[in-house]
Amino acid sequence: MTPSGAAVERFAGRHRVRWWEALPWAAALAVFFLFPNHLAFGTQLLITILFALSLDLVLGYAGIVTLGHAAFFGAGAYTVGMLAQHAGWNEPLSGLVAAALVAGTIGLASGFVLLRTHGLTLLMLTLCTMALLEESANMAHHYTGGFDGMPGLSFKPLLGAFPFDVLYFRPQYLYVLIVLLGCFLLARVLVHSSFGQSLTGIRENILRMHAVGAPVRARLVVVYAISAAMAGVAGGLFTQANAYVNLSTLGLERSAGVLIMLILGGHGRLYGAFVGAIAYMVLEHFLARAYPTAWQLGVGLMLILVALYARNGILGLVKR
Amino acid sequence: MNAAALLETRGLCKSFGALEVAREVDFRLERGARHALIGPNGAGKTTIVNLLTGVLQPSRGRVLLEGEDVTALAQAKRVKRGIARTFQINQLFRGLTVLENVCIAVAERLGAGGSMLRPAGKRADVIAEAWRLIEMLKLGADAGGRVAELPYGRQRLVEIAIALGLSPRVLLLDEPAAGIPSAESHILLDAIATLPQEIGVLIVEHDMDLVFRFARRITVMVSGAIFAEGTPAEIAANREVRSVYLGSALDG
Repeated sequence: MTPSGAAVERFAGRHRVRWWEALPWAAALAVFFLFPNHLAFGTQLLITILFALSLDLVLGYAGIVTLGHAAFFGAGAYTVGMLAQHAGWNEPLSGLVAAALVAGTIGLASGFVLLRTHGLTLLMLTLCTMALLEESANMAHHYTGGFDGMPGLSFKPLLGAFPFDVLYFRPQYLYVLIVLLGCFLLARVLVHSSFGQSLTGIRENILRMHAVGAPVRARLVVVYAISAAMAGVAGGLFTQANAYVNLSTLGLERSAGVLIMLILGGHGRLYGAFVGAIAYMVLEHFLARAYPTAWQLGVGLMLILVALYARNGILGLVKR
Repeated sequence: MNAAALLETRGLCKSFGALEVAREVDFRLERGARHALIGPNGAGKTTIVNLLTGVLQPSRGRVLLEGEDVTALAQAKRVKRGIARTFQINQLFRGLTVLENVCIAVAERLGAGGSMLRPAGKRADVIAEAWRLIEMLKLGADAGGRVAELPYGRQRLVEIAIALGLSPRVLLLDEPAAGIPSAESHILLDAIATLPQEIGVLIVEHDMDLVFRFARRITVMVSGAIFAEGTPAEIAANREVRSVYLGSALDG
């Protein structure tokens, strides 16, 4: 009998692009034309979405719980910053490639050691890795600017034609949007592949994955390195778009923040990174204006509501 | 001197501290065997399965697959050599559908599990093989449902479908019928009956009815050691076995 029925059709068609998947990108373009004065914020938002997307690969799909993902964001950010400051290497695209390579290599090396563990041990070790990098960046102030970071960096125009605009962020916004689209497509292909399917298997039952003969640790290390490289690209974009880098790119606040965003939006579904980052940052943006001293109260309230009534995040409320 | 068995243990011992859970176990599983391993609770039956599959490393002794020493091989490597198992307590991908559960196993066996670019939905070979097993275990109607939402008995069949998806040469079933309504246990036996004859099947089971319907050879374990071995008729007639284990199960 040939495979047939709704179950097979749904499985075989899961990777196909749906019409509504164009909506976020159309909305992002609409923002560019409708809100030209908010593109600085929009650029930060897109960078954060990319960072959250990278976390979704390891947390949402492979089930690796990490509190140290900013290690890779920061590694990418400092790579781009130090190359521009000390080596005069300030061409943006090749800078991103360097950021991805450095962050990916750190991800590969640390993943190789760390991913023997799991659960709370792994959580603490990812935190330690990030703390080590943060403290290194702090102490090596001759190279990194230490606590003050590296302000006032300058980068060459994009493709030699579009200079960065530190006031209105118009070129940065589109640049970041295009890089985000590229990384998103890569992540999308990855999670729908057999490799991605095996990652969900590891997330759901690691014991059984061993018993079906999967090289579990190798798979985890590979996706950890890919995710790290993607986080490194996000960090590199941060440095280029803002023309500075400092220790905030490497801190626990950034790691925890992105984790909260992903849980808020819904992990293991790609678009949760978009929804979560937007919900969190937009709320933060406007609450901070309205109540400069107590805005975190609003964010906390939203988190409580999500934890109580939307255990799978905002996207989890939408029936598939 | 016999020819090499399909799967064999020699002087296998395993202890946790002072507790000996396997003592000098010499066990042979032949090609085409339909072999049952029985014994009271705590006799070490699951330990043997764990030693055979590489989940546990023995304290002493060797495990041979077709005469070749696989004692040092990790679990995943032994799976590639054809040793598959099911678990006494379901070990499933609970958040995924039945079809996905079986596809994950089949994809690993066909070497697709590491492929990053091609969508899993386009691996027609994987889907076809998974669907064949799903049909065989009468799970077609549940194929699109999440495993966690199935009745326990149906989940047991998914457990077996995953193992069969590995196309094993040695199949170790750890209490496969536990939790399956007795009216449905024939689905399990029918599925085993359709397996190629040369596969060796070892079943650990408490359901004596199932054991005597299935097995052509029975090994009885007590306190970590092999206590008796023989055909079902020999085991049923063995007074010592009856006194230590079977008790009244065969009376009347």
